[in-house]
Parts: sequence; structure tokens; C-alpha cells
Amino acid sequence: MTAYFIRRALFAVFVLWGAVTIVFLVLRLVPGDPAQLILGSDATQAEIAQLREQMGLNRPLAVQYGIYLGDVVRFDFGDSYRYHSDAMGLVTEKFPLTLQLAVVAMVIGLVLGVALGVLGALRVNRLADRIVSVFALLSQSMPSFWIGIMFILVFARQLHVLASGGHGGFDRLILPGVTLALPLVAVLIRLTRSGLLDVVHENYIQTARAKGLSERLVISQHAIRNALIPIVTVAGLEFGKLLGGAVIVETVFSWPGVGRLLIDSISARDYNVVQAAILLIAGGFVLINLVVDVLYGYLDPRIRLGR
Amino acid sequence: MNRSTEQVLPQSADDSTPPAGEVRPAARSRVRIGRLRIIVSLAVVAFYVVAAVVGPMLLAFDPVATDLGSRLKPPGFVLPDGHTAIFGTDQVGQDVLAQMLQGARVSITVGVATLVLAGVIGVAAGVAAGYFGGWLDMVLMRLADIQLTFPSILLAIFIASILGPSVVNVVIVLSISNWVTFARVTRSQVLGLKSRDFVDATRTLGARTWHLVTRSILPSVTAPILVVATVELGHVILAEASLSFLGLGTPASTPSWGLTIANGRDYLSNAWWISTIPGIGLAVLVISFGVLGDALRDRFDPRLRSM
Repeated sequence: MTAYFIRRALFAVFVLWGAVTIVFLVLRLVPGDPAQLILGSDATQAEIAQLREQMGLNRPLAVQYGIYLGDVVRFDFGDSYRYHSDAMGLVTEKFPLTLQLAVVAMVIGLVLGVALGVLGALRVNRLADRIVSVFALLSQSMPSFWIGIMFILVFARQLHVLASGGHGGFDRLILPGVTLALPLVAVLIRLTRSGLLDVVHENYIQTARAKGLSERLVISQHAIRNALIPIVTVAGLEFGKLLGGAVIVETVFSWPGVGRLLIDSISARDYNVVQAAILLIAGGFVLINLVVDVLYGYLDPRIRLGR
Repeated sequence: MNRSTEQVLPQSADDSTPPAGEVRPAARSRVRIGRLRIIVSLAVVAFYVVAAVVGPMLLAFDPVATDLGSRLKPPGFVLPDGHTAIFGTDQVGQDVLAQMLQGARVSITVGVATLVLAGVIGVAAGVAAGYFGGWLDMVLMRLADIQLTFPSILLAIFIASILGPSVVNVVIVLSISNWVTFARVTRSQVLGLKSRDFVDATRTLGARTWHLVTRSILPSVTAPILVVATVELGHVILAEASLSFLGLGTPASTPSWGLTIANGRDYLSNAWWISTIPGIGLAVLVISFGVLGDALRDRFDPRLRSM
């Protein structure tokens, strides 16, 4: 178990290093001058030269990379040009709000996805199953920003039952939470349904039936438990995707989290904040993957012994 | 308790394969449903392609024209020049249908161009990794791992924010985030093919590597790649719309669906049609590609289900 954990942890560090390097390379190697990019097209030559010096852009790429890695390890991403304060500080301040949204979406996704998936498996190839499958297809294919706008149109503008955006009480979490959860619901429906259908043919289910358990107990005590193992993994991985998807949903609902800050910073050319936000979300994603890997190895010994 | 277990949890119809030589009625009806799914979704896709090619010729769209007299008119409004705006007009008096037809052109062009670019890069990387193995395989697949542990929309947002909005840049950005899928599928196929007898036979006859790859290996990986491309096309169109919605995709002079939907956000109270109708158009196209991809996969290569 320790060896397995160390292997996964090293891989997580490696992935983080890769993400940091990609961000560095994209900013430096893309055609155009980063200083020009930050200052905009109406900056004077002198201003650009000064910023180039300040950013260390005149030094060799390898030296820049070394300095950059050192800064990243110390969580130093420089200051925000807009707010004149620490870029990473700004991002971490907004992070709890994004996390809140992602957790709500995760809960909605798990409850709805597993419940509908079980329903589909119990009524396989019948009307309820077909409806659930169509619902999964729709949730997966409809653009989340459009679903969000439709929710605002119906629930805020027409019915006036929920607020269209902003941060506040629990009622303001419902619409963005459901919007963010829908793709996850689709994934979990499919996974639960097929997982349950696979498990049903196993010998231990027959044993459970043979000893006279009611069908309800067979499903709830025996079948679902084993179908749950892949759900744990996938739900963990999807949590990282929720952090990415939150960027769009936050923009639609004016939710003041990291995603909104990211998009605002992009239009304000505040690249220090952009870098900090991207790397914080990526870091969260990698960390969650690591936790899931370890958890999975714990739940299912076949995994950690397999490799 | 007296209900038969088969009734409560019947066998999944999806995972049984008919024995060779005889086709059972259930299997035959499944083939028929599969064919129906392919035909219907192909018809929808064909309709969009025709609309994208012919539509803008019939209903010209001028991105700089404004007609304030007929702004925010509901669907069915007759414009001063005599034609009916079937889907209403937007905030500057443009016909929404004309914008959607132009948008279909942009979305489909971006989608296909991205798949070609990502496909070429991905297949080349996959063949290189699978056929030659060794350190090349190691480097390419670790790169793929890094990218997969990074939410793809985040990477796209980051690169797009630096490249700036343009159609070509969207294609580049989306290709970068999509090559991995092609590389992985190609690699796994090549690994299986490499040691097959017909490849060995060709090699024994003295064929060079280039001949082996282009004449023996590539023709055999075409089918799975095309299936993956169909599934991915829907995702790419969705990603393009999301980027454009955030203002990071196509520039304002080339209206895409995401841009039109974003513009309509500010007029939800008095002009619901601007966001709603292009969103439905987008969702129907993405759903069709999803259904088509699933049906082709079930028909030609069910093993790709896990990809």
C-alpha cells in the first residue's frame, strides 16, 4: 500500500510539474511579446522595454524557467495589475466559493445520477429506462451555458421563484448547482445502470436470492454496494471536471468564484492572476485525482496489486 | 417475492452477442434500431450541412449592418425589406435565422478543421508510440497523461486567452486539447495489430517501415478512428460554442452560435428568442453527433465503449 501511495504521489507531482511547465511555455513561446500582451496595443516602446526588463524576459529561456519554478514553489505569482495585491492571494480568497458550488453540484449529481441509474437498471428496456436514457443524453449534449441561460429565463425572469445570479443564500446555489451537475448526472446514470446490470449476474447475487432475501434487500444490500466502487472513482474524477466547468457556470450566473475571476482577469490582461487561477484549479484537480487513486486502491485491492 | 427475478432485473439486451450464423429476433430488431439511429442522426447532420452551405446564400448576413428600427422583434416579424424574420431579430436588428445559418458554417468548419488537425497529430503520435515503443512511447503517453489530468476546457481557455479570438486560433486551441483521444485510440489499435500475422508476413517479404505503417497498419485503424472522430465532433462543436460564449472563440465579425447566445443574455426579459433558438439548434446538432457516434460504435467496434 505504501509503495502504491508513493507511486501515485510521485505521479501527481510529475503532473503538476507538467502543468506548470505548459503554462510557462504557452506564455513564453506563443507568437507575440508577453509584455506587449499585458500592456495592450496602446503601450509605448519604453513601457514595453521596462516591463520586459521587470519580467526578466531578456534573459535566456532556461534562466527564466528556473526563476519561474522557484516562484511557483513559493506560491509567488507576482501582483495583480488591477488590484495591486498578491495574485495567488486573490485567487485563494475566491476559491471557497467555487468549491461550494462544486460540492453542491456533486451532491445533486450523486443523488440524481445514482437514483435515476438504479431506476433505469430495475426497469431495463422499459418506458422508465428509456426516459432516463434520453434524459442522460440530453444532459450530456446540451451546452451548459445555454442551460444556465434557460434556467434564468424560466425560473428568474418568468416564474420569479429563484434569483438569476450573484452570491447569497442557498436559493442562489440551486440554479448554478443544477446546471453544473447535469453532465455529471449523465455520466453517473450510465455508470450506475450498466454497473448494476453487470453485477446482477454474479454468483453472490444468486446466492442472496437463493437464501430467500427479498428483491429489495438483494438490490440495496448486495448489488448496489459493488456497483458503487466504480462510481466512487468516477465521481472523484468528475469533481475535478466540475472545477473546470465552474468557469462557464460562474460566468453565466455571475457567481463570484475563481472562474469568474479568471474570465475577468483574461479580459483585463491580468496574466499573473490568470496563471495563479489556472494553476490553482489544476492543482486541485491533481490533488483530487490522487485522493481518488489512493481511495480506490484501498477499496479494491486488485487495483494496487495490479501494477 | 413470487415475482420472477428475470422480471425485476432482466438481462441487459445490450451485452449479449448473437451466435454466428443465426440471428435471433431480438438481435435483428436491435440491428434495425441501430440502423434507424444511424439514418435519423445522419439525416439531421446532413440537414445542418446543407443549411450551412446553402443557407447564407439564400439569406445573406452582414455582420456590420444595423437596423435599429427593427431591433428585438419577435419571431415572425416582417422586416422593412419584405422578408419575414422567422426567428425574430437581435439587439441591432439582425435576422436571428441569418445569423444561425452563418453560425452553422462557422461551427461545422471549426469542428471539421479541428478534427482533421487533431486527428493527423493524434494518429501520427499514436502510430509512433505504438509501433516504435521505447522512450518515444514513454514521452508521448506521459504527455497525454499530463494533459488528461488537466481539465481540457481550462487549457483551451488559457491558450485561447493568449492567442486572441480568431477562427484559426480556435481550431489550434481545440486541436491541442483533442489530439490525446486520437493518440490513445490509435496507439492501442497499433499495439494489437503490430504482431498480427499479416503484418509479420509483409515484414518477412521485405517491406520497409513506411510501407508497413501506411499499407498494413493505417488501413486497419481507419474504422475505429472514424468512430472516435464522430463522437468527438459533437464535443468539439460544444467546446467551440463555450469558448465563443466566453468571448474567447470566434471574433464578433464571425458570429457563431455561442456568440449569439451570449449576446441574447442581456435581453432575456424582452427578447427570449435570441438566446433560446440558437441554443436549441446547437443542442440538436450535438445530440445528433452523440447518437450517431454511439450507434456507429455499437455497430462497428463495441470495444471502443470505454474510450
